[in-house]
Amino acid sequence: MTNEELKNALTELLPTAVFEEGGEWINLYLEASQWKASALTLRNLASAPFNFMFCLTCVDWKTHFTMVYHLRSTTSLDNIVVKVKLDKTNPEIMTVSDIWRTAEMLEREVYDLFGVQFLEHPDLRRLFLTDDWVGYPLRKDYEDPINMIKL
Amino acid sequence: MVEEIGKTVEGDLVINVGPQHPATHGVLHLVITLNGETIKKVEPHLGYIHRSIEKMCESLSYRQFIYTTSRMDYLSAHINNHACALCVEKGLQIEVPERAQVIRVLMDELTRIASHELWWGAMAMDLGAFTPFFHAFRERETINDIMEETCGARLTMNYMVPGGVMADLHPNFQSRVKNFLQLYKSKIHEYDELVTGNIIFQNRMKGVGYLSAEDAISYGVTGPAGRGSGVSCDVRKLYPYEIYSKLQFDEVLETAGDSFARYMVRLREMQQSIRIVEQLIDNIPDGEYQAKTKAVLKLPKGEFYQRVETARGELGVYIVSEGGTTPYRIKFRSPGFSNLSALDHMTRGEKLGDLVASMGTLDLVIPDIDR
Repeated sequence: MTNEELKNALTELLPTAVFEEGGEWINLYLEASQWKASALTLRNLASAPFNFMFCLTCVDWKTHFTMVYHLRSTTSLDNIVVKVKLDKTNPEIMTVSDIWRTAEMLEREVYDLFGVQFLEHPDLRRLFLTDDWVGYPLRKDYEDPINMIKL
Repeated sequence: MVEEIGKTVEGDLVINVGPQHPATHGVLHLVITLNGETIKKVEPHLGYIHRSIEKMCESLSYRQFIYTTSRMDYLSAHINNHACALCVEKGLQIEVPERAQVIRVLMDELTRIASHELWWGAMAMDLGAFTPFFHAFRERETINDIMEETCGARLTMNYMVPGGVMADLHPNFQSRVKNFLQLYKSKIHEYDELVTGNIIFQNRMKGVGYLSAEDAISYGVTGPAGRGSGVSCDVRKLYPYEIYSKLQFDEVLETAGDSFARYMVRLREMQQSIRIVEQLIDNIPDGEYQAKTKAVLKLPKGEFYQRVETARGELGVYIVSEGGTTPYRIKFRSPGFSNLSALDHMTRGEKLGDLVASMGTLDLVIPDIDR
């Protein structure tokens, strides 16, 4: 499917999605409250379900966080990027680890390094850092004089 | 007595495998809940070699950050560098000379063979066979010597740069690769005679660590581990980069989904890599080995994603640029991380002794998982 056809199909499926121009693949923004339901819709599409989450990450934009989900369909080989803006002071979003199993570890990584809370996650603990670590290293305002990461 | 698998009850034994354990090939720490000999749960504890490469990259320039990626999956160092170089080139729309493309693909495939060789020897050693390790290293050393001559390093080559490769090929390169091909072909039958056909080995591998195609997709398992479950996930075929679309090679697929299937995928993949090297070694075009690029690279504002097929699976490089000389954010989608997440699912209900076979055929490299 070309990007144009895909965009039309997605507009019908997710009427509230806001599309972002530019980039290699279709980029769409969703509200955090709609993410879980939209994720289920995308995963269970009849023709070509987006069954493979190949990347999940977060970007700190100083004023807010953006969760970035890269999805692909193993049948049609289409790729889409779903983005969800999160509040800076209280970043919260529903987990999708029950839809794509790979998200369980990836969400733990984002929780560990960005401090995003994944609601209803089965096992939300720090992944790389020790349990008593203070702060979230990949945030832009993180300072650690002992373990220097800035070069 | 049937108990719910995955739930700890009184009388269960919790043991630690690693972080210093010969079968985990590095500092992987697994906390395993056992009922007798049966695995109820495998919980990986990571972070022993976490260096926060993604954070470091945020203060490195687009020429410098590539060197940190050699330290991720150190057995596929060339291919990691390749992914980063491609991603920067995509952002800057640099056209890479054909000679550089051919050199890159040659190096990638030699790396893939070397990586699978190491895996084959180490995995046989995990299962108690010591001799294969020496056989594997005999061929692997030949590749490392070739790399050393051209790139100046044996493990962290740092040979790929945005625009091409760092230096031209060594004059001996072609003849040494041809010698290697000859050596490899004369020895490959030993692999089957020593290990593949061995009935003890087959009994330890067949039916162990089963992963269905559906679960492989859900857990994001890629590379030979995914293809052992019948999932077509070879990035070289699905989303070809460089000159892969012009080359003759097959995507190796097995459908059994057990450890033996994953083993066979890697063995057969080495043959396909040999095929690619044979097609290219006599056809390296003349010309520049590097495109002309500016001294200071500035990626335009935007987001760039590039994936490649490493020896372990799909590596993704996601760069968010704000138009500066350093990336605003970098994410490496490492294949080992996703493959490891399926280990718990694969081994539940199996015996502790079989864990080594499942873990061995996932081919985990810990710096790749921790980053």
